[in-house]
Amino acid sequence: MGRITLDKVTKRFGDVEVIPPLDLTIDDGEFTVFVGPSGCGKSTLLRLIAGLEDVSSGQIRIDREDATNVPPAKRGLAMVFQSYALYPHMSVRKNIAFPLRMAKMDQAEINKRVEGAAAVLNLTDYLDRRPGQLSGGQRQRVAIGRAIVREPAAFLFDEPLSNLDAALRVGMRLEISELHKRLETTMIYVTHDQVEAMTMADKIVVLRKGNIEQVGSPLELYQTPRNTFVAGFIGSPKMNLIEGPEAAKYDAHTIGIRPEHIKASAEAGAWEGRVGVSEHLGSDTFLHIHDTGLGEAITVRMNGEVDFKYGDRIFLTPRADVIHRFDDQGLRIA
Amino acid sequence: MARSVTNQRKALNTALAWAVGLLIFFPILWTILTSFKTEAQAIASPPIFLNFDWTLENYAVVQERSNYMRFLWNSVIIAGGSTLLGVIIAVPAAWSMAFVPSRRTKDILMWMLSTKMLPAVGVLYPIYLIFIRLGILDTRIGLVVVIMLINLPIIVWMLYTYFKEIPGEILEAARMDGATLKEEIIYVLTPMAVPGIASTILLNIILAWNEAFWTLNLTAAKAAPLTAFIASYSSPEGLFYAKLSAASTMAIAPILILGWFSQKQLVRGLTFGAVK
Repeated sequence: MGRITLDKVTKRFGDVEVIPPLDLTIDDGEFTVFVGPSGCGKSTLLRLIAGLEDVSSGQIRIDREDATNVPPAKRGLAMVFQSYALYPHMSVRKNIAFPLRMAKMDQAEINKRVEGAAAVLNLTDYLDRRPGQLSGGQRQRVAIGRAIVREPAAFLFDEPLSNLDAALRVGMRLEISELHKRLETTMIYVTHDQVEAMTMADKIVVLRKGNIEQVGSPLELYQTPRNTFVAGFIGSPKMNLIEGPEAAKYDAHTIGIRPEHIKASAEAGAWEGRVGVSEHLGSDTFLHIHDTGLGEAITVRMNGEVDFKYGDRIFLTPRADVIHRFDDQGLRIA
Repeated sequence: MARSVTNQRKALNTALAWAVGLLIFFPILWTILTSFKTEAQAIASPPIFLNFDWTLENYAVVQERSNYMRFLWNSVIIAGGSTLLGVIIAVPAAWSMAFVPSRRTKDILMWMLSTKMLPAVGVLYPIYLIFIRLGILDTRIGLVVVIMLINLPIIVWMLYTYFKEIPGEILEAARMDGATLKEEIIYVLTPMAVPGIASTILLNIILAWNEAFWTLNLTAAKAAPLTAFIASYSSPEGLFYAKLSAASTMAIAPILILGWFSQKQLVRGLTFGAVK
């Protein structure tokens, strides 16, 4: 069981309050992702849950037990670090066995569990190697292996994929999601990459300056962002945020339109502009449109075979039913 | 583009390096050669390089005149003891400075280093008086303590740098994996710091072994180590170059051999982190 509750948790480093009073509940078996720009406090929050940092005030409960002052070793949580944090002087086998050895587990049971984990993670052939002899992806799997053998109440991942190359990252993303489906254990995953958040999470917690901006499922956040920050942060490419007279037409301070919700045409439309850089991804093309009189450049997502060229005149029409409206505080207008 | 070095340039560099190496080593080589000469040959002009009658007589005389083993034993005790004591004190100090630093940690480190810039003779008088008062003048324990204190800043600094190299996340991982502080130190930190600790110990044995100022000033007969043994042969009354050389050779041989066999470890330790 791994239900984690944070109750008015705060964290200060000297005079700087990095986490203002914060409440959050993570349900048992849930895959929760903390996402936000760097410096938003997401890693600090994870470290508070892990016990690697002490809370300044408030309470952390794990399975209804007060864990606020329980040392990390006794919280029953396993953590996977960004740098993998493997023990360089130990073989893969010893690395994975380390938490079990610390728990004074019987040697036969240790062997059984280590071999089980190695089989799941495709590490059986590498058990006698040192971490230094492994590739980045293999090291990451060893770190995960070290976490799963303990059968923890919850897994904590601190940006585990940011040291991997792009292709490997996609593969490991799937492996971690697969692992979650199979183990059904609570997982808390920290990332600054909203793609990871969208693809993996049951629940996303968007953080800014230690504050929770919004909590919800990936699609909830995508479809009904609570404010302009979440609107701009979730979704790639970013939502177009437009202020001024155009927004006033919709009775809002700011309106938001996702790049995929804009129709482009060479003949006619609501807004006129000039095509800037086009980014061709094969399946999609992102056009950056300038000189529309709407403020910043507008991004439009189109199919792969568009024939607009740099400097072409273009007309844009937003889909009226999916326009997001925000007030002067940046909050969503229902 | 990789910088290309011509073969000619390489040969020149090699020759130059050897020349510098030889220049540094020459006094030691000359001492060793002189120790095998007769006193007359030792002061011959022009000096004789290799073409002399090799003799072991000086060694026999030195051995006869003074008890080499006693000086050697004192050196071993003082160098080994001060290093061991220093490491025992420095490991926890460096540990806390590296892993739980306070706002003043950097200042403390700099202050410790600054004590190495103090001329030793400046504190000779007070230390001498303290030694008399405590009754530890010319005792091995007194020298162990004073030499440990002299080298402690270096030991702490070296260990601090090695500990700093160990990523904090690895220690945190051990904590998450259920290791207590003791287990974390035994199973994770120490094995990872072994190369650093080893080279710190080696370097400090060498420094303590070669320490002459304090050993000469604070010992008379009982606790005198090999540095005092050499000094006892440089008397103004006569020409004893050959015997002095024999004594010197005997004094430096153990540490030279130790240094030779551990040079790989020493170099690795001293450049640890710099070339990763």
